[in-house]
Amino acid sequence: MNLLRELLENLRQFIATIGATTLFLGRVLAQVPRAFLRPGLIIEQVHNAGALSLVIIMTCGLFVGAVLGLQGYDLLQRFGSEDALGTAAALALVKELGPVVTALLFAGRAGTALASEIGLMRATDQLTAMEMMAVDPIRRVVAPRFLGGVLAMPLLTVIFIAIGIFGVQVVGVQLFGVDSASFWSQMRSSVGVDDVYEGIIKGCVFGFACSLIAVYEGYTATPTAEGVGRATTRTVVTSAVLTLILDYMLTALML
Amino acid sequence: MLQSVTAQPEVARSAATDYIVEIRDVHYSVGNRPIFSGLTMSIPRGRITAVMGPSGTGKTTLLRLVTGQIKPDRGQILFDGVDVSRLSRQELYDLRMRMGMLFQNGALLTDIDVFENVAFPLREHTDLPDSLIRNIVLTKLQAVGLRGAAQLMPSELSGGMARRVALARAMATDPEMLIYDEPFTGLDPISMGMIVRLVRQMNYALGITSIVVSHDVEELSILADTSYIIAGGKVAAAGTFVELKDHASEIVNQFMNGLADGPVPFHYPAPDYYEQLLSGKS
Repeated sequence: MNLLRELLENLRQFIATIGATTLFLGRVLAQVPRAFLRPGLIIEQVHNAGALSLVIIMTCGLFVGAVLGLQGYDLLQRFGSEDALGTAAALALVKELGPVVTALLFAGRAGTALASEIGLMRATDQLTAMEMMAVDPIRRVVAPRFLGGVLAMPLLTVIFIAIGIFGVQVVGVQLFGVDSASFWSQMRSSVGVDDVYEGIIKGCVFGFACSLIAVYEGYTATPTAEGVGRATTRTVVTSAVLTLILDYMLTALML
Repeated sequence: MLQSVTAQPEVARSAATDYIVEIRDVHYSVGNRPIFSGLTMSIPRGRITAVMGPSGTGKTTLLRLVTGQIKPDRGQILFDGVDVSRLSRQELYDLRMRMGMLFQNGALLTDIDVFENVAFPLREHTDLPDSLIRNIVLTKLQAVGLRGAAQLMPSELSGGMARRVALARAMATDPEMLIYDEPFTGLDPISMGMIVRLVRQMNYALGITSIVVSHDVEELSILADTSYIIAGGKVAAAGTFVELKDHASEIVNQFMNGLADGPVPFHYPAPDYYEQLLSGKS
Protein backbone atom coordinates (compact mmCIF):
# COMPACT_ATOMS: atom_id res chain seq x y z
CA MET A 1 0.00 0.00 0.00
CA ASN A 2 2.86 2.32 0.88
CA LEU A 3 4.49 1.67 -2.48
CA LEU A 4 1.24 2.42 -4.27
CA ARG A 5 0.75 5.62 -2.25
CA GLU A 6 4.31 6.66 -3.06
CA LEU A 7 3.78 5.97 -6.75
CA LEU A 8 0.57 8.00 -6.77
CA GLU A 9 2.28 10.84 -4.94
CA ASN A 10 5.16 10.80 -7.46
CA LEU A 11 2.65 10.82 -10.31
CA ARG A 12 0.81 13.76 -8.72
CA GLN A 13 4.08 15.65 -8.33
CA PHE A 14 5.07 14.87 -11.92
CA ILE A 15 1.76 16.23 -13.24
CA ALA A 16 2.05 19.29 -10.98
CA THR A 17 5.57 19.96 -12.29
CA ILE A 18 4.40 19.73 -15.89
CA GLY A 19 1.59 22.17 -15.08
CA ALA A 20 3.94 24.57 -13.31
CA THR A 21 6.47 24.41 -16.17
CA THR A 22 3.73 25.13 -18.71
CA LEU A 23 2.53 28.15 -16.73
CA PHE A 24 6.13 29.32 -16.39
CA LEU A 25 6.63 28.91 -20.15
CA GLY A 26 3.51 31.02 -20.70
CA ARG A 27 4.96 33.80 -18.54
CA VAL A 28 8.29 33.64 -20.36
CA LEU A 29 6.73 33.64 -23.83
CA ALA A 30 4.55 36.60 -22.84
CA GLN A 31 7.72 38.57 -22.11
CA VAL A 32 9.57 37.50 -25.27
CA PRO A 33 8.34 40.42 -27.45
CA ARG A 34 9.49 42.92 -24.79
CA ALA A 35 12.80 41.08 -24.44
CA PHE A 36 13.41 41.58 -28.18
CA LEU A 37 13.19 45.34 -27.59
CA ARG A 38 16.54 45.04 -25.82
CA PRO A 39 18.60 42.94 -28.23
CA GLY A 40 21.79 43.68 -26.29
CA LEU A 41 20.64 41.45 -23.44
CA ILE A 42 19.84 38.58 -25.83
CA ILE A 43 23.14 38.92 -27.71
CA GLU A 44 24.97 38.76 -24.38
CA GLN A 45 23.17 35.53 -23.55
CA VAL A 46 23.79 34.03 -27.01
CA HIS A 47 27.44 34.74 -26.29
CA ASN A 48 27.23 33.12 -22.85
CA ALA A 49 25.33 30.04 -23.98
CA GLY A 50 26.83 29.76 -27.47
CA ALA A 51 30.28 31.29 -27.84
CA LEU A 52 31.43 30.08 -24.43
CA SER A 53 30.33 26.52 -25.34
CA LEU A 54 32.21 26.55 -28.64
CA VAL A 55 35.42 24.93 -27.43
CA ILE A 56 33.66 21.97 -25.85
CA ILE A 57 31.28 21.59 -28.81
CA MET A 58 34.12 21.71 -31.37
CA THR A 59 36.37 19.36 -29.43
CA CYS A 60 33.60 16.83 -28.90
CA GLY A 61 32.41 17.23 -32.51
CA LEU A 62 35.91 16.45 -33.78
CA PHE A 63 36.28 13.30 -31.67
CA VAL A 64 32.73 12.05 -32.26
CA GLY A 65 33.42 12.45 -35.99
CA ALA A 66 36.77 10.69 -35.65
CA VAL A 67 35.24 7.75 -33.78
CA LEU A 68 32.46 7.59 -36.36
CA GLY A 69 35.17 7.48 -39.03
CA LEU A 70 36.94 4.59 -37.29
CA GLN A 71 33.82 2.53 -36.65
CA GLY A 72 32.24 3.38 -39.99
CA TYR A 73 35.35 2.43 -41.93
CA ASP A 74 35.72 -0.81 -39.97
CA LEU A 75 32.13 -1.76 -40.70
CA LEU A 76 31.97 -0.66 -44.34
CA GLN A 77 35.23 -2.26 -45.41
CA ARG A 78 33.77 -5.66 -44.47
CA PHE A 79 31.33 -5.16 -47.34
CA GLY A 80 33.83 -3.41 -49.58
CA SER A 81 31.85 -0.15 -49.32
CA GLU A 82 34.44 2.21 -47.80
CA ASP A 83 33.47 4.88 -50.32
CA ALA A 84 30.08 5.15 -48.61
CA LEU A 85 31.78 6.34 -45.42
CA GLY A 86 31.05 10.00 -46.20
CA THR A 87 27.35 9.34 -46.76
CA ALA A 88 26.89 7.14 -43.70
CA ALA A 89 28.77 9.41 -41.34
CA ALA A 90 27.18 12.59 -42.65
CA LEU A 91 23.66 11.20 -42.34
CA ALA A 92 24.36 9.94 -38.83
CA LEU A 93 25.79 13.29 -37.81
CA VAL A 94 23.25 15.52 -39.52
CA LYS A 95 20.13 13.61 -38.50
CA GLU A 96 21.03 12.17 -35.09
CA LEU A 97 24.40 12.56 -33.48
CA GLY A 98 24.80 16.27 -34.19
CA PRO A 99 21.59 17.53 -32.56
CA VAL A 100 21.50 14.92 -29.76
CA VAL A 101 25.11 15.14 -28.63
CA THR A 102 25.07 18.94 -28.94
CA ALA A 103 21.95 19.06 -26.76
CA LEU A 104 23.55 16.82 -24.13
CA LEU A 105 26.70 18.96 -24.11
CA PHE A 106 24.62 22.14 -24.11
CA ALA A 107 22.67 20.91 -21.07
CA GLY A 108 25.91 20.07 -19.28
CA ARG A 109 27.68 23.35 -20.04
CA ALA A 110 25.20 26.15 -20.74
CA GLY A 111 22.15 24.60 -19.02
CA THR A 112 23.89 24.12 -15.69
CA ALA A 113 25.41 27.61 -15.92
CA LEU A 114 21.95 29.10 -16.53
CA ALA A 115 20.28 27.14 -13.73
CA SER A 116 22.95 27.86 -11.15
CA GLU A 117 23.20 31.54 -12.10
CA ILE A 118 19.45 32.13 -11.79
CA GLY A 119 19.26 29.92 -8.68
CA LEU A 120 22.02 31.88 -6.99
CA MET A 121 20.29 35.13 -7.90
CA ARG A 122 17.21 33.75 -6.15
CA ALA A 123 19.24 32.60 -3.12
CA THR A 124 20.94 35.98 -2.73
CA ASP A 125 17.67 37.95 -3.03
CA GLN A 126 18.70 39.53 -6.33
CA LEU A 127 15.47 38.46 -8.01
CA THR A 128 13.39 39.71 -5.06
CA ALA A 129 15.33 42.99 -5.17
CA MET A 130 14.40 43.33 -8.85
CA GLU A 131 10.74 42.72 -8.04
CA MET A 132 10.98 45.37 -5.33
CA MET A 133 12.39 47.76 -7.94
CA ALA A 134 9.28 47.00 -10.03
CA VAL A 135 11.39 45.09 -12.55
CA ASP A 136 9.93 41.75 -13.63
CA PRO A 137 12.75 39.17 -13.33
CA ILE A 138 11.04 37.02 -15.94
CA ARG A 139 11.44 39.86 -18.45
CA ARG A 140 14.86 41.08 -17.34
CA VAL A 141 16.62 37.83 -16.38
CA VAL A 142 14.74 34.76 -17.60
CA ALA A 143 13.47 35.70 -21.09
CA PRO A 144 16.86 36.89 -22.46
CA ARG A 145 18.59 33.77 -21.12
CA PHE A 146 15.90 31.51 -22.53
CA LEU A 147 16.11 33.20 -25.93
CA GLY A 148 19.90 33.12 -25.82
CA GLY A 149 19.79 29.34 -25.36
CA VAL A 150 17.10 28.83 -28.03
CA LEU A 151 19.11 30.83 -30.59
CA ALA A 152 22.49 29.37 -29.67
CA MET A 153 21.55 25.67 -29.82
CA PRO A 154 20.88 25.37 -33.60
CA LEU A 155 24.07 27.31 -34.31
CA LEU A 156 26.05 24.99 -32.06
CA THR A 157 24.41 21.99 -33.73
CA VAL A 158 25.50 23.16 -37.19
CA ILE A 159 29.06 23.76 -35.94
CA PHE A 160 29.14 20.34 -34.25
CA ILE A 161 28.03 18.64 -37.47
CA ALA A 162 30.56 20.53 -39.60
CA ILE A 163 33.45 19.72 -37.27
CA GLY A 164 32.21 16.13 -36.95
CA ILE A 165 32.28 15.66 -40.74
CA PHE A 166 35.79 17.11 -40.73
CA GLY A 167 36.73 14.49 -38.08
CA VAL A 168 35.29 11.70 -40.26
CA GLN A 169 37.24 13.02 -43.24
CA VAL A 170 40.50 13.16 -41.28
CA VAL A 171 40.18 9.52 -40.21
CA GLY A 172 38.56 8.11 -43.35
CA VAL A 173 40.38 9.98 -46.09
CA GLN A 174 43.65 11.08 -44.48
CA LEU A 175 44.27 8.03 -42.26
CA PHE A 176 42.65 5.08 -44.06
CA GLY A 177 42.97 6.41 -47.59
CA VAL A 178 39.30 6.43 -48.63
CA ASP A 179 39.06 8.19 -51.97
CA SER A 180 38.47 11.87 -51.31
CA ALA A 181 36.36 12.49 -54.43
CA SER A 182 34.06 9.53 -53.66
CA PHE A 183 33.82 10.58 -50.01
CA TRP A 184 32.59 14.08 -50.83
CA SER A 185 30.57 13.34 -53.97
CA GLN A 186 28.63 10.47 -52.40
CA MET A 187 27.93 12.64 -49.39
CA ARG A 188 26.67 15.50 -51.56
CA SER A 189 24.44 13.26 -53.64
CA SER A 190 22.96 11.36 -50.68
CA VAL A 191 22.44 14.00 -48.05
CA GLY A 192 19.44 16.10 -49.02
CA VAL A 193 18.13 19.42 -47.82
CA ASP A 194 15.41 17.57 -45.90
CA ASP A 195 18.08 15.76 -43.89
CA VAL A 196 19.72 19.07 -43.01
CA TYR A 197 16.34 20.55 -42.05
CA GLU A 198 15.69 17.55 -39.83
CA GLY A 199 18.94 18.18 -37.95
CA ILE A 200 18.27 21.88 -37.60
CA ILE A 201 14.65 21.35 -36.48
CA LYS A 202 15.89 18.89 -33.86
CA GLY A 203 18.51 21.41 -32.74
CA CYS A 204 15.82 24.09 -32.36
CA VAL A 205 13.44 21.80 -30.42
CA PHE A 206 16.21 20.50 -28.13
CA GLY A 207 17.43 24.08 -27.59
CA PHE A 208 13.91 25.16 -26.62
CA ALA A 209 13.49 22.22 -24.22
CA CYS A 210 16.94 22.41 -22.61
CA SER A 211 16.79 26.21 -22.19
CA LEU A 212 13.30 26.03 -20.69
CA ILE A 213 14.35 23.34 -18.21
CA ALA A 214 17.46 25.30 -17.21
CA VAL A 215 15.69 28.61 -16.57
CA TYR A 216 12.73 26.90 -14.86
CA GLU A 217 14.92 24.87 -12.52
CA GLY A 218 17.02 27.94 -11.69
CA TYR A 219 14.01 30.19 -11.13
CA THR A 220 12.20 27.72 -8.90
CA ALA A 221 15.30 26.52 -7.03
CA THR A 222 15.08 26.39 -3.24
CA PRO A 223 17.10 29.46 -2.18
CA THR A 224 19.87 27.55 -0.43
CA ALA A 225 23.25 26.15 -1.53
CA GLU A 226 21.75 22.65 -1.49
CA GLY A 227 18.69 23.81 -3.43
CA VAL A 228 20.80 25.38 -6.18
CA GLY A 229 22.91 22.21 -6.37
CA ARG A 230 19.80 20.05 -6.73
CA ALA A 231 18.38 22.38 -9.40
CA THR A 232 21.61 22.12 -11.38
CA THR A 233 21.59 18.32 -11.18
CA ARG A 234 17.92 18.18 -12.18
CA THR A 235 18.68 20.42 -15.17
CA VAL A 236 21.21 17.96 -16.59
CA VAL A 237 19.20 14.83 -15.86
CA THR A 238 15.84 16.16 -17.09
CA SER A 239 17.39 17.74 -20.18
CA ALA A 240 19.18 14.53 -21.13
CA VAL A 241 16.10 12.34 -20.68
CA LEU A 242 13.79 14.80 -22.44
CA THR A 243 16.24 15.20 -25.33
CA LEU A 244 16.28 11.47 -25.99
CA ILE A 245 12.49 11.16 -25.70
CA LEU A 246 11.96 14.14 -28.02
CA ASP A 247 14.54 12.70 -30.41
CA TYR A 248 12.54 9.50 -30.76
CA MET A 249 9.30 11.43 -31.29
CA LEU A 250 10.79 13.79 -33.86
CA THR A 251 12.53 10.98 -35.72
CA ALA A 252 9.27 9.03 -35.87
CA LEU A 253 7.48 12.13 -37.16
CA MET A 254 10.04 13.02 -39.82
CA LEU A 255 10.87 9.57 -41.19
CA MET B 1 11.11 61.40 -20.54
CA LEU B 2 10.48 59.82 -17.20
CA GLN B 3 8.01 57.04 -17.74
CA SER B 4 7.06 55.66 -14.40
CA VAL B 5 9.24 57.40 -11.88
CA THR B 6 7.27 60.60 -11.87
CA ALA B 7 3.97 59.12 -12.95
CA GLN B 8 1.44 58.39 -10.27
CA PRO B 9 0.51 54.73 -10.08
CA GLU B 10 -2.73 53.86 -11.77
CA VAL B 11 -4.30 52.55 -8.62
CA ALA B 12 -7.18 53.98 -6.72
CA ARG B 13 -6.00 56.05 -3.77
CA SER B 14 -8.10 56.97 -0.82
CA ALA B 15 -7.83 60.34 0.86
CA ALA B 16 -4.41 60.94 2.34
CA THR B 17 -4.14 59.98 5.98
CA ASP B 18 -1.48 60.53 8.61
CA TYR B 19 -0.50 56.90 8.15
CA ILE B 20 1.23 55.75 4.98
CA VAL B 21 0.81 52.06 5.87
CA GLU B 22 -2.09 50.59 7.83
CA ILE B 23 -2.20 46.94 8.75
CA ARG B 24 -5.64 45.83 9.88
CA ASP B 25 -6.32 42.53 11.61
CA VAL B 26 -3.91 40.55 9.45
CA HIS B 27 -3.79 36.76 9.74
CA TYR B 28 -1.06 34.81 8.01
CA SER B 29 0.06 31.21 8.36
CA VAL B 30 2.79 29.09 6.84
CA GLY B 31 1.34 25.60 6.60
CA ASN B 32 -0.28 24.94 9.96
CA ARG B 33 1.96 27.40 11.79
CA PRO B 34 0.31 30.77 12.40
CA ILE B 35 2.71 33.71 11.98
CA PHE B 36 0.23 36.53 12.54
CA SER B 37 -3.15 36.24 14.18
CA GLY B 38 -4.84 39.62 14.18
CA LEU B 39 -1.89 41.94 13.65
CA THR B 40 -2.88 45.59 13.59
CA MET B 41 -0.47 48.49 13.29
CA SER B 42 -0.07 51.88 11.58
CA ILE B 43 3.07 53.45 10.15
CA PRO B 44 3.03 57.25 10.46
CA ARG B 45 3.96 59.27 7.40
CA GLY B 46 7.33 61.04 7.41
CA ARG B 47 8.62 59.27 10.53
CA ILE B 48 10.99 56.44 11.31
CA THR B 49 9.13 53.41 12.66
CA ALA B 50 10.97 50.47 14.18
CA VAL B 51 9.50 46.98 14.07
CA MET B 52 11.17 44.74 16.62
CA GLY B 53 10.65 41.33 18.09
CA PRO B 54 12.42 38.11 18.97
CA SER B 55 13.80 36.00 16.12
CA GLY B 56 11.16 34.05 14.25
CA THR B 57 8.26 36.34 15.12
CA GLY B 58 7.68 37.25 11.47
CA LYS B 59 9.34 40.65 11.12
CA THR B 60 10.63 39.93 7.62
CA THR B 61 7.31 38.27 6.77
CA LEU B 62 5.63 41.52 7.74
CA LEU B 63 7.80 43.41 5.24
CA ARG B 64 6.95 40.87 2.55
CA LEU B 65 3.26 41.43 3.29
CA VAL B 66 3.60 45.21 3.18
CA THR B 67 5.43 45.06 -0.15
CA GLY B 68 2.93 42.62 -1.65
CA GLN B 69 5.40 39.76 -2.06
CA ILE B 70 2.95 37.54 -0.20
CA LYS B 71 -0.74 37.92 0.55
CA PRO B 72 -2.37 37.66 3.97
CA ASP B 73 -4.88 34.90 4.68
CA ARG B 74 -7.22 37.54 6.13
CA GLY B 75 -7.16 41.23 6.89
CA GLN B 76 -6.03 44.33 5.03
CA ILE B 77 -2.69 45.97 4.31
CA LEU B 78 -3.18 49.49 3.05
CA PHE B 79 -0.42 51.54 1.46
CA ASP B 80 -1.64 55.10 1.14
CA GLY B 81 -5.20 53.79 1.31
CA VAL B 82 -4.68 51.10 -1.36
CA ASP B 83 -5.11 47.45 -0.36
CA VAL B 84 -1.81 45.92 -1.44
CA SER B 85 -3.10 42.35 -1.43
CA ARG B 86 -5.79 43.09 -4.03
CA LEU B 87 -3.51 44.60 -6.68
CA SER B 88 -2.62 42.97 -9.99
CA ARG B 89 1.05 42.36 -10.78
CA GLN B 90 1.29 45.57 -12.84
CA GLU B 91 -0.50 47.65 -10.20
CA LEU B 92 1.83 46.22 -7.59
CA TYR B 93 4.85 47.18 -9.69
CA ASP B 94 3.41 50.69 -10.05
CA LEU B 95 3.01 50.86 -6.28
CA ARG B 96 6.53 49.58 -5.67
CA MET B 97 7.89 52.51 -7.65
CA ARG B 98 6.96 54.50 -4.56
CA MET B 99 8.84 52.18 -2.20
CA GLY B 100 12.49 51.33 -1.78
CA MET B 101 13.77 48.32 0.10
CA LEU B 102 17.13 47.62 1.65
CA PHE B 103 17.81 43.91 2.02
CA GLN B 104 19.78 42.37 4.85
CA ASN B 105 22.59 41.32 2.50
CA GLY B 106 22.28 44.27 0.12
CA ALA B 107 21.06 42.01 -2.72
CA LEU B 108 23.25 43.85 -5.23
CA LEU B 109 23.36 42.43 -8.74
CA THR B 110 26.68 40.63 -8.73
CA ASP B 111 27.45 40.77 -12.47
CA ILE B 112 27.53 44.58 -12.70
CA ASP B 113 29.57 47.20 -10.84
CA VAL B 114 28.45 49.61 -8.14
CA PHE B 115 27.65 52.39 -10.61
CA GLU B 116 25.46 50.14 -12.76
CA ASN B 117 23.72 48.74 -9.69
CA VAL B 118 22.60 52.22 -8.68
CA ALA B 119 21.77 53.08 -12.29
CA PHE B 120 19.76 49.84 -12.70
CA PRO B 121 16.28 51.11 -11.71
CA LEU B 122 16.81 54.29 -13.72
CA ARG B 123 17.80 52.39 -16.84
CA GLU B 124 14.85 50.02 -16.39
CA HIS B 125 12.18 52.65 -15.82
CA THR B 126 13.31 55.77 -17.62
CA ASP B 127 14.63 56.94 -20.98
CA LEU B 128 16.99 59.41 -19.35
CA PRO B 129 20.19 60.14 -21.30
CA ASP B 130 23.39 58.57 -20.01
CA SER B 131 24.79 61.93 -18.91
CA LEU B 132 21.81 62.57 -16.64
CA ILE B 133 21.83 59.02 -15.25
CA ARG B 134 25.54 59.47 -14.50
CA ASN B 135 24.85 62.64 -12.53
CA ILE B 136 21.97 61.08 -10.56
CA VAL B 137 24.02 57.98 -9.73
CA LEU B 138 27.03 60.03 -8.61
CA THR B 139 24.74 62.19 -6.46
CA LYS B 140 23.26 59.13 -4.76
CA LEU B 141 26.68 57.54 -4.26
CA GLN B 142 28.01 60.81 -2.84
CA ALA B 143 25.12 60.81 -0.35
CA VAL B 144 26.20 57.41 0.98
CA GLY B 145 29.90 58.29 0.81
CA LEU B 146 30.79 55.79 -1.92
CA ARG B 147 31.27 57.94 -5.03
CA GLY B 148 34.86 56.72 -5.13
CA ALA B 149 33.72 53.10 -5.20
CA ALA B 150 31.59 53.50 -8.32
CA GLN B 151 33.75 51.18 -10.43
CA LEU B 152 34.09 48.41 -7.85
CA MET B 153 32.27 45.11 -8.25
CA PRO B 154 29.91 43.97 -5.44
CA SER B 155 32.36 41.17 -4.54
CA GLU B 156 34.95 43.84 -3.70
CA LEU B 157 32.73 45.58 -1.13
CA SER B 158 32.54 45.01 2.63
CA GLY B 159 29.14 44.21 4.18
CA GLY B 160 28.63 47.81 5.30
CA MET B 161 29.63 49.21 1.90
CA ALA B 162 27.28 46.79 0.11
CA ARG B 163 24.41 48.00 2.28
CA ARG B 164 25.26 51.63 1.58
CA VAL B 165 25.29 50.93 -2.17
CA ALA B 166 21.95 49.14 -1.81
CA LEU B 167 20.64 52.22 0.00
CA ALA B 168 21.83 54.45 -2.85
CA ARG B 169 20.08 52.11 -5.29
CA ALA B 170 16.88 52.11 -3.22
CA MET B 171 16.91 55.94 -3.32
CA ALA B 172 17.65 56.19 -7.02
CA THR B 173 14.01 56.63 -8.00
CA ASP B 174 13.23 58.92 -5.03
CA PRO B 175 10.68 56.68 -3.27
CA GLU B 176 8.18 57.90 -0.68
CA MET B 177 8.99 55.11 1.73
CA LEU B 178 12.16 53.18 2.49
CA ILE B 179 12.03 49.77 4.14
CA TYR B 180 15.09 48.39 5.90
CA ASP B 181 15.29 44.67 6.62
CA GLU B 182 17.79 44.04 9.45
CA PRO B 183 20.12 46.86 8.31
CA PHE B 184 22.56 46.45 11.24
CA THR B 185 23.11 42.68 11.20
CA GLY B 186 26.76 41.65 10.97
CA LEU B 187 28.17 45.17 10.81
CA ASP B 188 31.11 46.55 12.77
CA PRO B 189 30.35 49.55 15.04
CA ILE B 190 31.67 52.08 12.49
CA SER B 191 29.55 50.72 9.64
CA MET B 192 26.58 50.48 12.01
CA GLY B 193 27.01 54.13 12.97
CA MET B 194 27.16 55.08 9.30
CA ILE B 195 23.95 53.24 8.51
CA VAL B 196 22.15 54.80 11.51
CA ARG B 197 23.28 58.25 10.37
CA LEU B 198 22.23 57.59 6.78
CA VAL B 199 18.79 56.30 7.71
CA ARG B 200 18.12 59.46 9.75
CA GLN B 201 19.56 61.77 7.10
CA MET B 202 17.63 60.15 4.26
CA ASN B 203 14.40 60.22 6.20
CA TYR B 204 14.45 63.84 7.25
CA ALA B 205 16.38 65.39 4.34
CA LEU B 206 14.13 63.76 1.76
CA GLY B 207 10.92 63.88 3.81
CA ILE B 208 10.21 60.17 3.36
CA THR B 209 8.86 57.46 5.64
CA SER B 210 11.11 54.72 6.98
CA ILE B 211 10.30 51.30 8.39
CA VAL B 212 13.25 49.62 10.08
CA VAL B 213 12.93 45.97 10.97
CA SER B 214 15.59 44.89 13.42
CA HIS B 215 16.28 43.48 16.86
CA ASP B 216 19.17 45.82 17.61
CA VAL B 217 17.52 47.67 20.48
CA GLU B 218 20.38 50.09 21.09
CA GLU B 219 20.59 51.36 17.50
CA LEU B 220 16.83 51.62 17.17
CA SER B 221 16.63 53.63 20.39
CA ILE B 222 18.68 56.35 18.65
CA LEU B 223 16.87 56.05 15.37
CA ALA B 224 13.18 55.40 15.75
CA ASP B 225 10.37 57.87 16.43
CA THR B 226 7.87 55.10 17.07
CA SER B 227 8.41 51.42 17.77
CA TYR B 228 6.40 48.25 17.63
CA ILE B 229 7.29 44.99 19.31
CA ILE B 230 5.77 41.91 17.70
CA ALA B 231 5.38 38.68 19.62
CA GLY B 232 2.94 35.80 19.44
CA GLY B 233 1.58 36.92 16.08
CA LYS B 234 0.36 40.26 17.41
CA VAL B 235 1.66 43.65 18.47
CA ALA B 236 2.90 43.14 22.03
CA ALA B 237 3.67 46.80 22.60
CA ALA B 238 3.88 50.11 20.74
CA GLY B 239 5.17 53.56 21.56
CA THR B 240 8.37 55.50 22.07
CA PHE B 241 11.48 53.84 23.43
CA VAL B 242 10.97 55.36 26.85
CA GLU B 243 7.46 53.93 26.97
CA LEU B 244 8.65 50.50 25.87
CA LYS B 245 11.45 50.42 28.44
CA ASP B 246 8.88 50.81 31.22
CA HIS B 247 6.28 48.54 29.67
CA ALA B 248 4.49 46.16 32.02
CA SER B 249 4.41 43.22 29.62
CA GLU B 250 6.83 40.43 30.52
CA ILE B 251 7.77 39.67 26.95
CA VAL B 252 8.46 43.34 26.19
CA ASN B 253 10.55 43.55 29.34
CA GLN B 254 12.47 40.40 28.35
CA PHE B 255 13.13 41.73 24.83
CA MET B 256 14.06 45.29 25.76
CA ASN B 257 16.42 44.14 28.50
CA GLY B 258 17.86 41.16 26.66
CA LEU B 259 16.93 38.56 29.30
CA ALA B 260 17.88 34.99 28.35
CA ASP B 261 14.78 33.38 29.84
CA GLY B 262 11.19 34.51 30.17
CA PRO B 263 8.04 34.22 28.08
CA VAL B 264 10.36 33.39 25.19
CA PRO B 265 11.97 30.31 26.77
CA PHE B 266 15.68 29.57 26.61
CA HIS B 267 14.92 25.92 25.83
CA TYR B 268 13.16 24.82 22.67
CA PRO B 269 10.19 22.59 23.64
CA ALA B 270 11.54 19.08 24.35
CA PRO B 271 10.67 15.96 26.37
CA ASP B 272 11.82 15.72 29.97
CA TYR B 273 15.63 15.97 30.11
CA TYR B 274 16.31 13.14 32.58
CA GLU B 275 13.75 10.80 31.07
CA GLN B 276 15.28 11.29 27.64
CA LEU B 277 18.81 10.70 28.93
CA LEU B 278 17.78 7.51 30.72
CA SER B 279 15.67 6.19 27.84
CA GLY B 280 18.72 6.02 25.55
CA LYS B 281 16.64 7.30 22.60
CA SER B 282 17.56 10.38 20.57
